[in-house]
Amino acid sequence: MTELALHHAHEPPAGFTRWLFTTNHKDIGTLYLLFSLLMFIVGGSFAMVIRAELFQPGLQLVDALTFNQMTTMHALVMFFGAVMPAFVGLANWMIPLMIGAPDMALPRLNNWSFWILPFAFALLLSTLFMPGGGPAGGWTMYPPLMLQTGMAFPFVIFAIHLMGISSVMGAINIITTIFNMRAPGMHLRRLPLFVWTWLITAFLLVAAMPVLAGAVTMLLTDKYFGTSFFNAAGGGDPVMFQHVFWFFGHPEVYIMILPAFGIVSHIVPTFARKPLFGYESMIVAVMSIAFLSFIVWAHHMFTVGMPLAGELFFMYSTILIAVPTGVKVFNWVATMWRGALSFETPMLWALTFIVLFSIGGFSGLMLGLTPVDFQYQDTYFVVAHFHYVLVTGAVFAIVGGVYFWLPKWTGHNYDERLGKLHFWLSLISVNVLFFPQHFLGLAGMPRRIPDYAVQFADWNMISSLGGFVFGAAQLLFLYNVVRTIRGGAAATPQVWEGAQGLEWTLSSPPPYHSFTEPPIIP
Amino acid sequence: MPGPHPIRSRLVAALAGLWSFPAAADYALNLTAGVTSISREAYRLHMIVLWLCVGIAVVVFGAMLWAVVRHRKARGAIPAQFHDNTRLEIAWTAIPFLVLVALAVPATQALIAMEDTADADLTIKVTGQQWRWRYDYLNEGIGFFSTLDDKSAAAGRKNSGVDPRTVDHYLLAVDNPLVVPVGKKIRFLTTATDVIHSWWVPALGYKKDAIPGFINEIWARIDAPGTYRGQCAELCGVGHAMMPIVVVATSDADYQSWLAGMKATQAAAAAAATRAWSKDELMAKGQQVYNTMCIACHQPGGEGIPGVFKPLKGSAIATGPVAAHMDRVMNGVAGTAMQPFAKQLSDEDIAAVITFERNSWGNVAGDLVQPGQIKAARK
Repeated sequence: MTELALHHAHEPPAGFTRWLFTTNHKDIGTLYLLFSLLMFIVGGSFAMVIRAELFQPGLQLVDALTFNQMTTMHALVMFFGAVMPAFVGLANWMIPLMIGAPDMALPRLNNWSFWILPFAFALLLSTLFMPGGGPAGGWTMYPPLMLQTGMAFPFVIFAIHLMGISSVMGAINIITTIFNMRAPGMHLRRLPLFVWTWLITAFLLVAAMPVLAGAVTMLLTDKYFGTSFFNAAGGGDPVMFQHVFWFFGHPEVYIMILPAFGIVSHIVPTFARKPLFGYESMIVAVMSIAFLSFIVWAHHMFTVGMPLAGELFFMYSTILIAVPTGVKVFNWVATMWRGALSFETPMLWALTFIVLFSIGGFSGLMLGLTPVDFQYQDTYFVVAHFHYVLVTGAVFAIVGGVYFWLPKWTGHNYDERLGKLHFWLSLISVNVLFFPQHFLGLAGMPRRIPDYAVQFADWNMISSLGGFVFGAAQLLFLYNVVRTIRGGAAATPQVWEGAQGLEWTLSSPPPYHSFTEPPIIP
Repeated sequence: MPGPHPIRSRLVAALAGLWSFPAAADYALNLTAGVTSISREAYRLHMIVLWLCVGIAVVVFGAMLWAVVRHRKARGAIPAQFHDNTRLEIAWTAIPFLVLVALAVPATQALIAMEDTADADLTIKVTGQQWRWRYDYLNEGIGFFSTLDDKSAAAGRKNSGVDPRTVDHYLLAVDNPLVVPVGKKIRFLTTATDVIHSWWVPALGYKKDAIPGFINEIWARIDAPGTYRGQCAELCGVGHAMMPIVVVATSDADYQSWLAGMKATQAAAAAAATRAWSKDELMAKGQQVYNTMCIACHQPGGEGIPGVFKPLKGSAIATGPVAAHMDRVMNGVAGTAMQPFAKQLSDEDIAAVITFERNSWGNVAGDLVQPGQIKAARK
């Protein structure tokens, strides 16, 4: 009897309640990742509407109000629904396995952090069906425009509060886990890079998300309770919102890229069969980037009319970020140098990440120069820039990470040919999609417009064609992931020849409860 | 559509243009050098940092490519095991830092020059509002609205059936352009009445946000006569794509005669406000005002956009007591896109548009509103 009971205690319960009540880090990681995949498709479909409307000049498919809702919701869903939950899902799955912990430090909090999200996004997406439509003032929610939102307004604010609560609780859990749950011998200076980058990201989350909560709450009281935080007629200042928002917003940008640095720092050494170059300088670089992220916010708002001293300060601090970012890229290249490279699907995504993220970094350096930013600001050049860092940066790293760890999670090898097809289609189409947007911006096309002057027509059509192919290519990814979950050739514990770390010492898939006794760190 | 394969031929031309940037201007690939010292400085910095980035990319991606080709397992590469090199790491931290310092010097000089708005020859206040610009020549006592031209507005409606390619300067043409003299230092003061807008003319070299309750300063000294077009650059609601900027730079003599003409027109308009208008006059003027000021929200048929912008057709305001209608148009509704138009429109414009709204789309209030009534209501 005891043997049977014990056996049962190690198996997941069956049915829906397994997922609803789970406190298991692997289950919650899976939930986060599947939710993120769903939101990636939802946010992507909004992008398809945008690109379809911009396919040619004139308004054909949607009116301007719907278009503005699409741009706003695309950003909110992709940031808070797709990219951030994907990283939290990867953290849930991998951090306990990498540090030899049996689970996250706060398993019930973990369950709660996830289950807030479906409700938050049900609220947010429901606003699209409300009278007056969803939020249409951009994801940045600048007042006074945002205050013209109709019935959707309080629902959006509440949804953002819920997302913030979820993120902060997730971050607290990750910090606590990393500080308290490491196996004996897993010193901070031996911590895998993914764990390090997530530790720093979690501190950014704890510091930045409450600032967003404060900013949107002030918007709420301005609209309904007669305050004038951002109303000049009442003694307030509309620009103050932008300062507060970007004090959250810039760290938020790095929240969405630092864990990507971590993922790439695992994939490149694995497929170069060579240790990561400059482990310690990688950590110092991430810390420097995290610190700088708090003193560069006003580069998002150079055109609001700041004093000269302010413009100079934010220009200097912004371009300084190129130094630690450069160190990271140089380290990855040095890791590859004189390795024995092979090019399985995760490596292809990681290498592309390095190149295309760097292109986003270059345009970032250009944008950091205040006198030229007066031209670039609020144009498609900016759109191209942040899609290079967010799509070919964050999303490509996540996709690479999924291919890298999918055999470990499911116990099945994915279809390598399908993975490579997905990669090549994505690589080509994403550049057709976003590279011409640099030209559009430089030629004078503002962002967030549903219709444009005819000299922008050709590049918009090319960009849209790239967008449709890129969108369709992601369905291959969905198919490949579902197929791998359902079956496939059995994966070995090691999975990849060059893989290093505790997570690869466990079976594939790992047991439902792993490291119930601390592993011995060699 | 020029030619049977416009996309393909233009793509080929554009790719050809990539190899020589000066020729690329025709294909709209690069930033304009513009017509002011500021825009030329921005262009120079842009090209410096662009080529710097290209140079770094060639070195870094070249090293990557070398490793990808030469150090692959398929070629039998044996992995080295090095993972640190302090001197190398110091070098690739210090050298980029020095490059950045070198970049910051010209950027700082350019910025200091840009912010120097002193000793301007004339000052123009630029006011953004949903969705048009207003220009006030502060030294001359004249001012006017600049609104998207009718052809673009008609072609830009959803499923208008008009091919935008047939419209001259689609979305980049206005009824009243901003006219300025060349060779003079012009100070622009930007502000807004409702939400944040951003006044951007690429040929002048910058954009500046127009923020309600605040005034920003910029300047330009335009070298060459010509027409320079731009757009609002900050999301400002459903008409964001439809508030272009047209700057016409002329010789000082042409500018002076334009000024004299404007002053005469505005004086005549002021005189017209004191007489009684016929219904036909009011309806014709009202239609014109409606088309520039009201149509973006309330739509051509007065039906509005359900849930967002209220209908006028059959509405309680437009068919009820005239005093309430005047109050709504003159004082607006706080916290919505409905602005207090008393501050923006003349007496006869307001009288005409109210008359028009009460007697169109099946509204049959029948009454006329005269400019004198508006003047009285202003107190």
